Amino acid sequence: MKFSATTALAGSLALVLGFAAPAFADIKIGATISETGPASFLGDPEAKTLKMLVEEINAAGGVNGEKLELIIYDDGGDPNKARTFATRLVEDDEVVALIGGTTTGTSMAIIPVLEDAEVPFISLAGAVEIIDPVKPFVFKTPHTDRMACAKIFEDMKKNGITKIGLISGSDGFGASMRKQCLAIIGEYGIEVLADETYGPTDADMTPQLTNIKGKDGVQAVLNPGFGQGPAIVTRNYAQLAVGLPLYQSHGVASDGFIELAGAQAAEGVKLPGTALLVAGLLPENDPQRAVVVAYKEAYEKATGKPVSTFGGYAHDAFRILVDAIKRAGSAEPSAIRDAIEGTSGLVGTTGTVTMSATDHLGLDLSAFRMLKIEDGGWKIVE
Amino acid sequence: MPELLQFLLSGITVGAVYALVALGFTIIYNASDVVNFAQGEFVMLGGMITFFAHAAGVPLPLAALIAIIATAAVGVVLNKLAIEPARGAPVVSLIIITIGASIFIRGATQLVFDKQIHRFPAFSGDQPILIGGATILPQSLWVIAGALAVFFCLWLFFTRTLIGRAVLATANNRVAAQLVGINTNYVMTLSFAMSAAIGAFAGVLVTPITLTSYDVGLALALKGFAAAMLGGMGNPKGALVGGLLLGILEAMTAGYISSQYKDAAAFIIILAVLFAMPQGLFGRKSTDRV
Repeated sequence: MKFSATTALAGSLALVLGFAAPAFADIKIGATISETGPASFLGDPEAKTLKMLVEEINAAGGVNGEKLELIIYDDGGDPNKARTFATRLVEDDEVVALIGGTTTGTSMAIIPVLEDAEVPFISLAGAVEIIDPVKPFVFKTPHTDRMACAKIFEDMKKNGITKIGLISGSDGFGASMRKQCLAIIGEYGIEVLADETYGPTDADMTPQLTNIKGKDGVQAVLNPGFGQGPAIVTRNYAQLAVGLPLYQSHGVASDGFIELAGAQAAEGVKLPGTALLVAGLLPENDPQRAVVVAYKEAYEKATGKPVSTFGGYAHDAFRILVDAIKRAGSAEPSAIRDAIEGTSGLVGTTGTVTMSATDHLGLDLSAFRMLKIEDGGWKIVE
Repeated sequence: MPELLQFLLSGITVGAVYALVALGFTIIYNASDVVNFAQGEFVMLGGMITFFAHAAGVPLPLAALIAIIATAAVGVVLNKLAIEPARGAPVVSLIIITIGASIFIRGATQLVFDKQIHRFPAFSGDQPILIGGATILPQSLWVIAGALAVFFCLWLFFTRTLIGRAVLATANNRVAAQLVGINTNYVMTLSFAMSAAIGAFAGVLVTPITLTSYDVGLALALKGFAAAMLGGMGNPKGALVGGLLLGILEAMTAGYISSQYKDAAAFIIILAVLFAMPQGLFGRKSTDRV
């Protein structure tokens, strides 16, 4: 009885102190995310994830006994705005680190600001140029498109496929991944016989697919793309009864894709995805299982929407940052930077992250899972 | 030549979508000389509202009806709140107002619905129909039939009904139309309602093929506008032919030349046509008597 009263007293005292000394003790984290605009598809779950995780951490007592404060701006996918917000976050809001840059464009605009201010930045965008060459204060969480290509080519090689047709979106994501794929395809002894493209808002890709179908010797088709394009490609592919294996990119790794393409048309489509997508299918002993299941459940409970790979990128960025602040024992930007670089064995939704001075991504190919769509659901190949 | 046939069918499918958007343009243009750049948003609203009504458990035909009526209401509100108060403003200002309205509708849709891409089931299944080695989806036939039906109704409306002629008269000379007893306010409201309803109808028909999200309107409006210009602005026949031609041009370029030049080739040909025939293929030279 006496014990619990003391605890209650101590608790309420802590509570009062917590309220009494708010502003200066908070650790301020900045974010500029494309919540609206053409990349809102990615940015929306990212922003929701960050807000949810900050609440979670604060409810559990914060980091090193200090509460986190998230300052989040919506750059609408506009690199100029992203740059302005990054400057504001660093100079006016005085954040200790910045998460964001939903797209490669906005990330690249943020980088010079954060490099000058020497504040760590964790990007949520795909392109390899963000971390290659390595910049001291810049990190990122998603796999690069080059890794996705490598994962796909490995699977093709395993299945004896040496001649493929390529149909890529002409948007930033599709064009960049096409370039990366073509850059490394020679290493796998695979040859591109047909190289077609489509616009991001096109409604019909049957002419391009007819051409690929008509090319002699094509053994499989690869579609680097993002958004509605790949869903339409998949539907047209079924309509034309091309009959060859179809590989999609990690850009469509979501349940929404199966719904858009239709379970019937999407049957047999293969793509590299993250563990998050197949949380329920992971074996009990998989190191990522606990992390992805916990995130998936929390996100779906908080938002009522299905979890997406993109929200997972924000989840990982936030975990890396919190882990670094804990290990650094300080909220000094340079100390946080050093600690992020020392991240080792941190299990995230996209993989197990181990960074170094020469690797600011910290993921390897094993982080990607080769997935196949069967009966309107996902199946892990391998 | 199954390839040629496939390119042709693909072109007609896409062309019918453009034609439907272009047909929507003709009505407001006929009533007010204004090119309504919110036309693509009407198409988007048709698809989005149908999807969300359908997802909420409303049967598809009823959901489509709700979407068409709701979008027509949006058209009326647009006219009442944005176009009518600006009466007397130059046509360019009115066009800019419609661009503003399209941005507003896009933003409002993001907030009211969501930012995801959606699709609802095709009306008569996804089993492709084989025609001489090429394939077409049943939904494409729905879109083509829809475009033809809208064209026919509009043609009847403008040439055989009094109110249709009143619309043309209002466009030609508002004051003169009022003098002969035409309620020009009513004509404008009706035009916006009809145009929005046609847009929404197009959205209902094309969403199973093209998918929909809050931001598909702009691209549709641009292609529909190009189709309408090619055929001759304000002429339903021009909208239909312009749309189909544009679709076929794109498909042929993608098939025979390169998919990278698809959009460029279409626009170069449109420019060439407009250079030779500034009023479009079926447009009439203006013959205003002074």
